[in-house]
Amino acid sequence: MTPATPGNKKKPAPRAKLDKAQKARRRFLHSIGLTAGVVGLSLLGYIPVISARPDRLRPPGALNEDDFLASCIKCGQCVQVCPVQAIELGDIDDGFGIGVPYIAARDQACDFSCDAVQCILACPTGALTYTKPPTLEVSKGAPLAKAPILKAKEDDPEPTLNLKERMGVARLARPESCLALHGRGFKGQARGPTFQGRMRYMDVDRWNPIPVRDHPYDRELCDLCVTECPIKDAIRMVSFVSKRGERLSRPEVLEQCVGCGVCEMMCPVEPAAIVIDARAPWKEGWA
Amino acid sequence: MSRFTELLLGMLGATPKKPKHVSEAVQKIMVLKYQDKEHLFKEKLHARARQQPSHKWRNRRWKVLIAVNLLFVVSFWLDIQILEGALTASRFVGFHMVDLNSALHVMLAHKHIIVNLFIGTFTVFLLWALMGGRSFCSWVCPYHLLAEWTDKLHLMLVKKKIVTDHTFHRGTRTVFWVLFAILSFATGYTIFETISPTGILSRALIYGPGLALGWVVLLLMFEVFWSRRAWCRYVCPIGLTYGAVGLITPVQVSYKVEHCFHEGDCRKVCLVPHVLDLTIKGRASEETMGLGPDCTRCGSCVDACPTGALQFEIKGLSKLL
Repeated sequence: MTPATPGNKKKPAPRAKLDKAQKARRRFLHSIGLTAGVVGLSLLGYIPVISARPDRLRPPGALNEDDFLASCIKCGQCVQVCPVQAIELGDIDDGFGIGVPYIAARDQACDFSCDAVQCILACPTGALTYTKPPTLEVSKGAPLAKAPILKAKEDDPEPTLNLKERMGVARLARPESCLALHGRGFKGQARGPTFQGRMRYMDVDRWNPIPVRDHPYDRELCDLCVTECPIKDAIRMVSFVSKRGERLSRPEVLEQCVGCGVCEMMCPVEPAAIVIDARAPWKEGWA
Repeated sequence: MSRFTELLLGMLGATPKKPKHVSEAVQKIMVLKYQDKEHLFKEKLHARARQQPSHKWRNRRWKVLIAVNLLFVVSFWLDIQILEGALTASRFVGFHMVDLNSALHVMLAHKHIIVNLFIGTFTVFLLWALMGGRSFCSWVCPYHLLAEWTDKLHLMLVKKKIVTDHTFHRGTRTVFWVLFAILSFATGYTIFETISPTGILSRALIYGPGLALGWVVLLLMFEVFWSRRAWCRYVCPIGLTYGAVGLITPVQVSYKVEHCFHEGDCRKVCLVPHVLDLTIKGRASEETMGLGPDCTRCGSCVDACPTGALQFEIKGLSKLL
């Protein structure tokens, strides 16, 4: 991509015709070079796909990863409708995942404060969908046993979310740092005073999510992952007796977990003790 | 070979040729035009002397281009929901709009078309079939605007002999179109979308900048230092997709050989100068001719033409009025 050195300007007349043929050939070769170059560069997009960023949590209703990358038209309409702006778009280092939506749950989880999974409604290509066409593959462990009940809508005539497959599953990845497991409580802003994440609190305002930092907690035993989970029967606190005879508690993830990431966002320890495994299947005895 | 086939092949990369048959009317015009050379020369000088540099169409076009892209931005930022989404797909006051090239690649990669996708694609097809096909390129595409600006830099460097312009075969774009279509179908990934500066810029404007802008800068540098307007001329499949739509559109720039001095001002400012080869002396075969599907309807030639031989026209409308 450097400037070319100007060629010999005074060329003898008889060579003019030869030059023309030469120029045409050169141009042809350059054209092939350009083709190979651009296609080659575009195929570099394979690298992040093969090294597969498995950490990317896709929005609710997303097709299986390969189908999702194929069908997403990279327009970001899902980004625009999300009331808590949980959805971000991939950059060029995501390769073919450029412009494809994902959720960085630790920064801003999907708390379903839209009630109706608006992102699915907004998707123009069916990359996010309520109902998968029968031709598309359903991964094992992805379907939810029954329609998830949104705690916020529990008293409504229709309390369920129109979601048939999970986004991922929560897992207590760092039990050693879990406050509940150490019998400790939590007081204060869950993620500190600078945290930008937002949540819908039913007791504050059903329709307007507020910053998590504006909603401090005071718990004798830290159970934020359990109480703040927007889905009914997706996670619970269980008590058990340790080998040393202590009465302890720990969060237990249940089969109704849809993988929205609210527990990961709310976990007050750094790094989060509970995380979402994106696109992971449900397995019995998981957490 | 019909004019239609000729224009189609020209769009795919063939070099325009001299017409085999020139209509009698045009023959007569040419004879009359050149029978008194001294008079013609005087007329040329007269026209040149009175020529007012005009940027009428360029200014209109820039306003539209910036307005459309800004509408995307403010619709999201101010949450006024007029034009939601990005250039690849959007909703205009609720109606689905899907970019034809993006839609094509999603269909090829995913091999499944849902109703909304079809409706959006069809709406946009109708829109550009009415509005001039490749007018998408010059009136909407944000990369076109940036490339226009860096083109000025390129031309300045060429003038100062700091860089030389390298051309490629125009057929390269057709090869790209086919290759990217095959790639989407075979791999199941919308590979072109990864490097499309149109999508990258549109998203960067709406959702904020990212690393992908580095790629756009590289492309612009390539155009400044190596090959004038290379992406639009030799690579971008979006242009060819909309060009195909332009085959049937009524909006076009039309050329009247009668008023032309064959000086070539228009070809110097044109992004796709091969469509203006018919302004070369002896190339026009009819009195009035459209520039064809590859013309981006940018209006630069209309601005540049000192005699009004090139004008915007809506086919059929002049007959109706």
